[in-house]
Amino acid sequence: MINWKVILAIAKTHLLTKIRQTATAALGVTFGIAAYITLVSFMTGLNKMLDDLIFDQTPHIHIYNEIEPTKNQPISLYNEFQDSFNVIHSIKPKLSQKKIHNALPIINYLNEHENVRGAIPQIKAQIFYIAGSIELGGNLTGVNILDEAKLFNIQDYIIEGSPEALYNTANGILLGVGIAKKMALKVGDRVQISTIKGAIFPLKIVGLYQSGIADIDAILSFVNLKTVQRILGETENYITDINVKLHNLELALPMAKKIEQQFKLTAIDINTANAQFETGTTIRNLITYAVSITLLIVAGFGIYNILNMLIYEKMNDIAILKATGFSGKDVQLIFMSQAVIIGVIGGVLGLFIGFGLSHLINSIPFATEALPTIKTYPINFNPWFYIIGISFAMLSTFLAGYLPSQKAKKIDPVTIIRGQ
Amino acid sequence: MKNTVLEALHIDKYFKNPVLFHVLNDITFKINQGEFVSIMGKSGCGKSTLLYILSTMDTDYEGKLFLNNELITGKSRKILSYIRNKHIGFVFQFHYLLSEFSVLENVMLPAKKLGEKSFQEIEYDAIQKLKMLNIEHLAKKLASRISGGEKQRVSIARALINNPLLIMGDEPTGNLDSYNSENVFNIFKQFSSEQGLSLLVVTHDEDFAMQTDRIIQMDDGKIIT
Repeated sequence: MINWKVILAIAKTHLLTKIRQTATAALGVTFGIAAYITLVSFMTGLNKMLDDLIFDQTPHIHIYNEIEPTKNQPISLYNEFQDSFNVIHSIKPKLSQKKIHNALPIINYLNEHENVRGAIPQIKAQIFYIAGSIELGGNLTGVNILDEAKLFNIQDYIIEGSPEALYNTANGILLGVGIAKKMALKVGDRVQISTIKGAIFPLKIVGLYQSGIADIDAILSFVNLKTVQRILGETENYITDINVKLHNLELALPMAKKIEQQFKLTAIDINTANAQFETGTTIRNLITYAVSITLLIVAGFGIYNILNMLIYEKMNDIAILKATGFSGKDVQLIFMSQAVIIGVIGGVLGLFIGFGLSHLINSIPFATEALPTIKTYPINFNPWFYIIGISFAMLSTFLAGYLPSQKAKKIDPVTIIRGQ
Repeated sequence: MKNTVLEALHIDKYFKNPVLFHVLNDITFKINQGEFVSIMGKSGCGKSTLLYILSTMDTDYEGKLFLNNELITGKSRKILSYIRNKHIGFVFQFHYLLSEFSVLENVMLPAKKLGEKSFQEIEYDAIQKLKMLNIEHLAKKLASRISGGEKQRVSIARALINNPLLIMGDEPTGNLDSYNSENVFNIFKQFSSEQGLSLLVVTHDEDFAMQTDRIIQMDDGKIIT
């Protein structure tokens, strides 16, 4: 039978009479947990922001026609040379069309697939922006602007104007900020573009686009699908790229493989295209956790030290408690509960301070051209961090309290009483 | 015939460090209910060692020990703690109060541990014990703020709180002046004759011992008389 009321009352008295040591030990935990919460919230907030930056704009699967040499050269079809060693010089890529054959049925098929959130067509074209006698090389991408906004958040990167403005203007263009700056253009102005074949078209600027990557902003502009088709003189089924967004990112690789086989097209999944990104995220998380755990272990040693000292000071009390009928286990529980109380108080305080600090960081302005949607430093307020934090505080204080309390349990009252 | 409260049968004990040393040699005796017994002997004759064996705190011995005709040798530490809590009260030479607690809390602690009564009953009992010892005015003071004689009376009150069968004292007057020793002796005597409490006290104080019911004289680990 364990009399918790008595044990906790004794633990409380011990802690209150040694309030300074108690506070030091608790503050150690507080500091560890607060640092952990702040670090992990900030780091994962940054990670998430960088991930979103890539994942929001990047299709999960990108389907297009790659220009490449034929894998099977004619000689491999000729049976007589089957067992010989063939050397072919100067292989040229196969002449094939840029457009995806039967693109519209493929898009319809993909849109009906259960794993697909949306599949939308794009047309990529090489063009020149014309400013007087100067011709600037660039890319024009024809899009279904409203679908792009829905699936790839393009509106976040339109710094002036809106997707609707482009949708409603037949000859509208969303100009990259880099080009706009070079050519001193603003919304409402007209810009002339010319195709590789030499045809010149005037387009009305309805908005400015900024991806955050200067090299892209200096060449890329968006127009409606129909506009590109007209500029290139192609029909409505001329589609060069299909961008697919899935419900589940994990399915990107198998899905891409399947599309390649099924339609004889090139399909690149997001993980293959951005492999280095995953690595960066993993390493940042690793550093965050290593630092946090180190802090908590240091706090744990602080508690261990203080409890050890307390037990030396309380030898007489321990002896008398044991002589008057407290068992070794009762004594151990007295010291364990002190450790756990320190852990809980320090931990909870740490959570609050961590929350406060993350809030503070979250309100610090953080403006950068590269990230037009971000106004302050990003923080990830994930409740799991708080659960992990308090659990770790409890675990480390429990372990730090266990060893000294085990010693208190084993103290022989006779040696202490006789020793005086 | 009166009940036997404590009985020791052929108790032997050895100290193994630094060399093998036979501290207690075939100790056999009884204490009856209401009896006030003192143990005397020179320093190092083993009387304190014997007391701690009888107190159940030291379990490293040979022989048998009965409390209230029940064998307690070889019982688990948990049960021994319970026996100490319920049946045995202690008074030591140094007062051994918990200095951070008030006098009342010190007295109440063993009863709270026993947990047989409600908090109000325990508090009432504790105040009664303090009254019997004429120290109820100290109840709210911190144990570290009272005098030596007062501390000893507080520890007697604590020893009495669970109405034990037996009170053991290790030189309870060893640290007190003659006035306070006399006082403590009178308290013991009163409890022994009025309430039928058994007492076993190790002492150097001959005046003290002469007034008890029986003296057990020890020498070289043996009982002489």
